[in-house]
This record gives sequence, structure tokens and C-alpha cells, in this order.
Amino acid sequence: MVTEPPPLVSVRGLSIHYGDKVALQGVDLDIKTNEIFGIIGPANAGKTSFLRALNRMDEFVPGMQVLGDITFAGRDVRTVRNLYALRKRIGVVFPLPVGLPLSIYDNVALSPRLSGITKHAQLDEIVERCLRRAALWDEVKDRLKGLGSLLSGGQQQRLTIARALSQDPELLLLDEFSIAVDPVTTMRIEEVLKELRQELTIVLVTNLVQQARRLADRTSFFLGGLCVEIAPTEALFSGGAREQSTVDYLEGRFG
Amino acid sequence: MTTIDPMFVATPLEKRNHTIQQLVRTLLLAVALLLVVPALLILGVLVVEGAPGLSWSFLVDPPRSNGAAGGIGLPLLGTLWLTAGALLLALPLGVAAAIYLSEYARDNWLTRTINVAIVNLAGVPSIVHALFGVGAFVHFLHFGKSILAASCTLAVMTLPVVIVATRESLQAVPKAFREACWSMGATRWQTIWRVVLPNSGSGILTGLILCVCRAVGETAPIMFTGAVFLRSMAPQSVFDKTMALSLHLFNVSTQLTDVPHHLPFSVALVLIIVVLALNGTAIAFRMRLRGRKKW
Repeated sequence: MVTEPPPLVSVRGLSIHYGDKVALQGVDLDIKTNEIFGIIGPANAGKTSFLRALNRMDEFVPGMQVLGDITFAGRDVRTVRNLYALRKRIGVVFPLPVGLPLSIYDNVALSPRLSGITKHAQLDEIVERCLRRAALWDEVKDRLKGLGSLLSGGQQQRLTIARALSQDPELLLLDEFSIAVDPVTTMRIEEVLKELRQELTIVLVTNLVQQARRLADRTSFFLGGLCVEIAPTEALFSGGAREQSTVDYLEGRFG
Repeated sequence: MTTIDPMFVATPLEKRNHTIQQLVRTLLLAVALLLVVPALLILGVLVVEGAPGLSWSFLVDPPRSNGAAGGIGLPLLGTLWLTAGALLLALPLGVAAAIYLSEYARDNWLTRTINVAIVNLAGVPSIVHALFGVGAFVHFLHFGKSILAASCTLAVMTLPVVIVATRESLQAVPKAFREACWSMGATRWQTIWRVVLPNSGSGILTGLILCVCRAVGETAPIMFTGAVFLRSMAPQSVFDKTMALSLHLFNVSTQLTDVPHHLPFSVALVLIIVVLALNGTAIAFRMRLRGRKKW
């Protein structure tokens, strides 16, 4: 019998509060290595809060309180001393594209530089590889010195993905990445994600139910701070949902 | 005859709104123009009365007859020393404090205390700063009456404006940039150094401009701490006393008799030109910075 490898991320009894307001309550779930784990659900379901807790971004939000256990690669993230190393292993793509006001090249070279890489040849190689993987290289290869923050929304989002990839992360967190991106670019990014699945693990928070269906191996449905259910995507979408609220959401009756 | 679409005929209410809007606009414009009048009058009087006295020798020659004749070389030089000194002290300290307050400080009693201190420091009258300077720098730190003591006093006085201007410009850099950088595993300082500071240059220059304005023009804080009415030598080091334009202006306008009519106007004109020239440079630089739109 083949024993399953331990999950990359394991969450037990996760609750998140903002002051008196409860954003997430008692979430238990595992994210397996090299899967795309989809999270769907209406606004205020706690999806973004969940992502924030994974790489301790809660520290950037005053008043955000995280309770429960989260282990990443076998380590309890609540007790990780070297936060910088933890965050380097977890790439994040925010809903609105954030092209830093640096050149396109510097945007992608930022993370390698932060970790001490200074050789030009090495940086050139990383920048080109990451931009290619994010399907942006052909559009920007002639103007790498241009400002990353002046690219179009779709290009900036791919730049953000390239930047996240330059960290060489094991886990990629995508928070509604297509919210400010046109449908064609969205499709291109989705193709990129399918390829990336070979090498890393992706948590995909999305407000597009069909996007989860196209990409995710397993999908979970969050509602009002609760993780209602988790199931293999195909099963969930072909009538296998256990909970009535999931069925209602998938069929567009609310949300 | 063309018929007008009734949809676009102004109703009485729309007409009234339009009249009010025109009225308000005219009123506001009048108030704004009113502000230009004193500025133009001051400059006009100074140019008409003072310009004839300007010459190269006026700018470089030392004063004679206690200042009633001769040039303003020494006071001009002294003012440049004092301003440079104040800038060198106030800018780094002010920017450092602003970075702490904007990027590191949490909202706790310490931060609130610091903020209250800054506001109070900004509200202290300059003559009180002068007395503080005498006590702290001239006597306690044994700088004596010197350029150093006067520059320190000016720096303390201008610190609040530098801090506030810099803090505002740091705050203007979107939080999303910081979060993106932090989430990559950058430390706060790496984020500040690579992303925040390069994009707040214009605010720091604003702080510099405000600092120059006050440092050049103030009289009270320097007259007890380093500036003298008359001195026959250019300062050799920061421990020397010096003449200064602002004090010289006070001198020739109120303390001396037998001063040629044009002299105070010429001194004042030079004082204003120094401020405008220094600010002009900084503003030109700032416009270049702002011209490159970043996001």
C-alpha cells in the first residue's frame, strides 16, 4: 500500500478575528503538494483572511487575530522565528495588480536581490525565466527598463506573478487574481497556472466559480467564516455537493 | 424656425443653480486674487526702492561705517553658513524621525507623545527657541556664541516642518506597495530603502524648502546664539561668530542713523532673492521628480 505524502499545508481549528468581528471560524483542511486548491465563496466568507494567515500577513493588519494551528512544510507557522524565510517560500498575488514603481526588470529582480544575489548574469537569467513562465516576456523584453507600475492591468498582474515566481516559492497564493484582468489575459494566466502545477502548490481564491472548475483539483466552499465543504472539483460540480448552500451558490442562487 | 428639445431647456431651478455657481466661483477667485496683492506689493516696493542699490560690489564688499555704508558680503556669507548648517542638521534628523513615525511606529503612548511633541515644537515662538538655544547649545554644550550653536537652534526650530512634510510624502506611497514587498520576505528597512524612499523624494524636498525659508529669514533665534551686528572677518569655522542678512536688515533699518534710504530695501531684496533662488532650485528639482509619473 502506498502511503500518502504529508500535506504541504495543514490547518486545524483556524479562527480569525478582527476585534469583535469573526472572519473565520474553526476551519480544518489540508493542502496537498502539487495540487491547485480552489477556494470559492461570496464576499465576507473569510477567503482573503485565510490566505493572510498562511504566510503571517496578518501582522500587517492592526487588530487581526489568528487562532489555531497552521503547519507549512511540517513547521508551525505561528512559531516560525524567521518570518522572512517563510514569506519567501510562499508567493502571493493580490486581487489588484501591484506593479511596484520600479523598472520591469527590477520588479522581478527584487526578491533575488533581497536574498543577496548580485551577479548580473544570474539576475538576467532569473528575470527572463520568470517573465517567460508568467507569459509576459515577449511583450516586455524590449522595454525591461520601463516602469512596471505603468503597464496595463493585465500585464501588471502577470508581472506580479513573475515577481512571485522569482522567489522560487513552494506555495503560491492567488487572491482573486482575475478581478482587474481582461478575459483573454485571464485565460493566458490560467494556462500558466496549469503548467505551474507541475512544480508548485497553488491556493486559488476566486470569485469565478467556473475558474475554480477549470483549474482546481479540489475545491472548498467558504461561507460566512465557515468552511462548508471540501471536495474534488469534478465531484463538487457534477452534483456531488453535500450541503444545500454549496449547491445554491454553485447554481448562482446567491453570492 | 428650429424647435429646441424641451429636455435641454433650463428649468428655473437649473438657472438658479447656475447663477449661484457663477457667483461662488467669482467670489472664490476674488479671495484668491486678494492673496496675490500683498505678495506683489512687497516684491514691487523692494524692487523699485532696492534695485538701484544692487551691484556686484554691494554683494561682496564688507559693510563699512557699522553697516551704514559698504556692501553686504559678510552677512550674505554668514546667512549661507547658517542655512547650510541648519539644513545639514535638520534634514537627516527630520527624515529619520519621519521614517520612524510613518513606517515603524505603532499607535501607542510613545508615538502619541512624539506627535504631541512635534506639534508643540512647531508652535513654539522663535524667541523661545532662541532662549533654548542659548541655554542648550551656547552654554550647556559649550558651543559658545557660534555658527554651530545658531545652526543647531535653527535646526531644532525647523525640525517639525521637515518631519511633517516627509511623513506626509511617505504616507502617500500606497500601502499595497509595502504589502507586496513584505509578502516577498523583505524586511521593513529593505522595503523602505528600495520602494518607499525612492518615491517620496518630492516630499523631502518640500521639507527642505520650508526649512530654507525659515532658516534664511529668522532673526531672533540667531541673534542670541551666533549672529553679531558687526564683524570684520569672514567666519573661518563653525565655532566663529558671524554676521547674517536678517540681523543686518534689522540693524540697518532700526538701529543705525545716517543710513542711505535705499540700503534697507536693497538688503531685504537680496534676502528675498536668496530665499527664492534656493527654493527655485529645490522646486525645479522637485518638478523633475514629479514629472516622472510612477503609478
